[in-house]
Amino acid sequence: MEKSTNNQSRRSFLKVTSLTGGGMMIGFSWLANLLPNEALATAANANDWVELTGFIKITPDNQVKIFNPNPEFGTNVMTSLPMMVNEELQADWSKVIVEMGDYDTPRFKSQFTGGSRGMAQGWKPLRTAGATARMMLMQAAANEWNVPVAELTVANGVVSHKASNRSANFGALATAASKLTAPTNVELKKNSAFSLIGTPQKNKVGKDIVAGHSLFTMDYKHEGMLIAMAIHPPAFGMTLKSFDATEALKMPGIKSVFDIQVYKDGYKRAGFDTRAFNKLVVVVGNSTWEVMNARKKVNVQWIPTETTKEIVAAWGGQREEIVPAGLESTDEHMKQMYAMQQKPAKLLRKDGDPETAFSKAAKVIERTYSAPFLSHNPMEPISCFAHITDEKAYFVAPIQIPEMMKQNIVSNLGIPGDKIEMKLTRMGGGFGRRAYGHYIVEAGLISQKIKAPVKLIYTREDDMTNGIYRPTYMVTYKAAIDATNNVTAIAIKGGGIPEGAVHENRFPAGAFENYIAEGWEIPSNITIGAFRAPGSNFIASAEQSFLDELAETIGKDPLDYRLELLRKAKANPVGKRNDYDADRYIAVLELVKEKSNWAARPKNAKRGVAAYFCHSSYAAHVVDVTMKDGQPVIDKVVSAIDCGVIVNPEGAVNMVEGAVVDGIGNALYGGMRIEKGVPMQKNLNQYRIIRHKEAPKKIEVHFVQNNFDPTGLGEPPFPPVFGALANALYKATGKRLYNQPYLNELNKS
Amino acid sequence: MSKFNLKVNGKNHEVDVDPTTPVLWVLRDHLNLIGTKFGCGVGSCGACTIHLNGRALKSCQLPVAAVGTQPITTIEGVVEEVGEMHPVQKAWLELDVAQCGYCQTGQIMAAVALLKTKPNPTEEEIESAMSGNICRCGTYVRIKAAIQQAAKSSTK
Repeated sequence: MEKSTNNQSRRSFLKVTSLTGGGMMIGFSWLANLLPNEALATAANANDWVELTGFIKITPDNQVKIFNPNPEFGTNVMTSLPMMVNEELQADWSKVIVEMGDYDTPRFKSQFTGGSRGMAQGWKPLRTAGATARMMLMQAAANEWNVPVAELTVANGVVSHKASNRSANFGALATAASKLTAPTNVELKKNSAFSLIGTPQKNKVGKDIVAGHSLFTMDYKHEGMLIAMAIHPPAFGMTLKSFDATEALKMPGIKSVFDIQVYKDGYKRAGFDTRAFNKLVVVVGNSTWEVMNARKKVNVQWIPTETTKEIVAAWGGQREEIVPAGLESTDEHMKQMYAMQQKPAKLLRKDGDPETAFSKAAKVIERTYSAPFLSHNPMEPISCFAHITDEKAYFVAPIQIPEMMKQNIVSNLGIPGDKIEMKLTRMGGGFGRRAYGHYIVEAGLISQKIKAPVKLIYTREDDMTNGIYRPTYMVTYKAAIDATNNVTAIAIKGGGIPEGAVHENRFPAGAFENYIAEGWEIPSNITIGAFRAPGSNFIASAEQSFLDELAETIGKDPLDYRLELLRKAKANPVGKRNDYDADRYIAVLELVKEKSNWAARPKNAKRGVAAYFCHSSYAAHVVDVTMKDGQPVIDKVVSAIDCGVIVNPEGAVNMVEGAVVDGIGNALYGGMRIEKGVPMQKNLNQYRIIRHKEAPKKIEVHFVQNNFDPTGLGEPPFPPVFGALANALYKATGKRLYNQPYLNELNKS
Repeated sequence: MSKFNLKVNGKNHEVDVDPTTPVLWVLRDHLNLIGTKFGCGVGSCGACTIHLNGRALKSCQLPVAAVGTQPITTIEGVVEEVGEMHPVQKAWLELDVAQCGYCQTGQIMAAVALLKTKPNPTEEEIESAMSGNICRCGTYVRIKAAIQQAAKSSTK
């Protein structure tokens, strides 16, 4: 046993509340934002540090319920996080009921799904909660039987005293346990003693999913509920002038048509308060189809926006964000980005003397990469239920980061924070899109206006043309090569609209004596947001494609060249801010090398490799591809992952497979074009998403086995897929690919 | 508004709706059968897949007026038909297919219809029959394996 002595658990406190009719409920919360502790250090971004909370509920009839603190959007936290609790609680996992915790400001400190941080953040607090509850149950048994706690054992939800042949289940002990003071310094199992963590467990919600039960906000119903839809401008850079609803109001089932302003003038936006359009025309009626039809009859006039300034008050600071006027276009964006590549940019990092190295180089290779805006397109379109009354503001919402909604709801709806009640539903995908809860405020404003319960529904078109895209990016990689084929310097310069993706301290920083990284940004009125592995999803594709081409240029094996650079960076790291662990990076490359039989591959193998580190986990992929009738066929993908302790191998493998499929799809097909401010892809018949027949024929997932605390898998396996695919396609076609989506470039003669 | 008699999952229902209303919204809004999902509204994603006369069909593209006397089966009816979980649903659980889960009822409806006409589909037949159903989480590899497993278990 090891003492749980991290700051987080020392300073945590547990509240115990007796339930009416017996049973106990343990709530826990942490003051972790005060702490520069190890959990904080594993967070992708220190500013993003959030707390986790959860519940254990035991009833006298021996039902054990574990509340999942983090909203579920498909990474299987409804299973893996309660597994952490139960590893220590030691209830009968097959009978444990898991339930999504509601958003509850007074009780909880934080609920956050994003940044692949759920595993890392839950690791000690959730096990500590389970251990604390188990200790209280054991103490209750010890008191009742008048025996020392040390003589008790716990297994499958039963506390036993062997010497006196007595036993009791958790339910029988729960009421007495709830009256005890919670211990503050519990011991946690050593990893080697885990009996649940590390075993493959099925999704706890699986049966409800395959039966089609009501799980999603889109499915939610409420007595007297009306349906609302909003009309937003047809283009970025446009706003509402006026509307005429005469015809729409004559349509059957229509209750009301009005306009709303989402954020009040001067509202200081919090970190996830992005919204594309601030003034919307809303149609409210009895049923979805009636509202869909009526809104076509609303005659709306739009006018161009002025350049505006917005205040973003987030992450402990405040900044102004310029939202320029104008109707932007993808072709113009490409020209602007190429122009920025020719201008001086912001220096992000410089090691040694890259200028001299480039001036003395025998050869310089320079390659420029670009990628378009991407739409998240979660399968469940955006929706939110709201019922605002004088007593309370009740929401049923699919939101990744409920904790950061409070400022938004309080300010823009004028509702005191303690009147907000929010049921958090399972989300039909998110990928970052549902971090931005403007739709919660919109639903609230609509309910306030019509004084009725209402569900706001976005159609697919509403969502896809509503911005919050992955930014569009460009980056140039440059290498100086001397007469003996040594790479003497690396230069990286890039940016994006409206933000860039150069991560100056990531590999290959640290492996080159002479290194420079520069960045720039171009403001835009097209709104962007976090998209599965923000920034990394582009920069990894460019970096890993460039390293491949560089290795080829200097006559080295691409996988071995990466290993060589990492070993160099480990032995003699250049600079002090390199944010990767070379050993763990090497381990995933070695593993993928072994499992893909890389060294013995045929000389003409159509095979590519890539590796990346982001969001605290390491991933490497080897992709095999063949071309058939001008279309790539992905024959096989072998993946090697290091995410520390693997909590639920079943879910973990599924996540990696999904990331591989998603990566291939976005790399080949993904892209949102803008013309004169208008998003050109409006639905799934225009925006191409990977389908069954385009998915890899086989995916093999391998994990590095180690004892590092677990880190996430939602994002890390995704970015290196792009580069591995591009490098394989080069082998299959002889064509290096620089601009996404790759299929467009492949088909260019 | 017009009245329509629909046979859904073996039961008769009368609804009074606009004749152009897609069956998707009749099921979801009027019959409270929410297992049939709204994904795109243009027949491109398959989240709304139902069976009409036993054949898989995208219910967002089917106006209620076009149904007539043809029987409709939804995911809720698939369970009722079999009396317990359908072999396809069981395979989905055994292979732990779902991630977010939103598209999976549509995927299952497409798979059930496929196995009715082709009890032992080849990989290519599965890929082809299932390519109208998008899974944004990318669970395709598991879906294919689950269909193969269901085929095996029902031909045993």
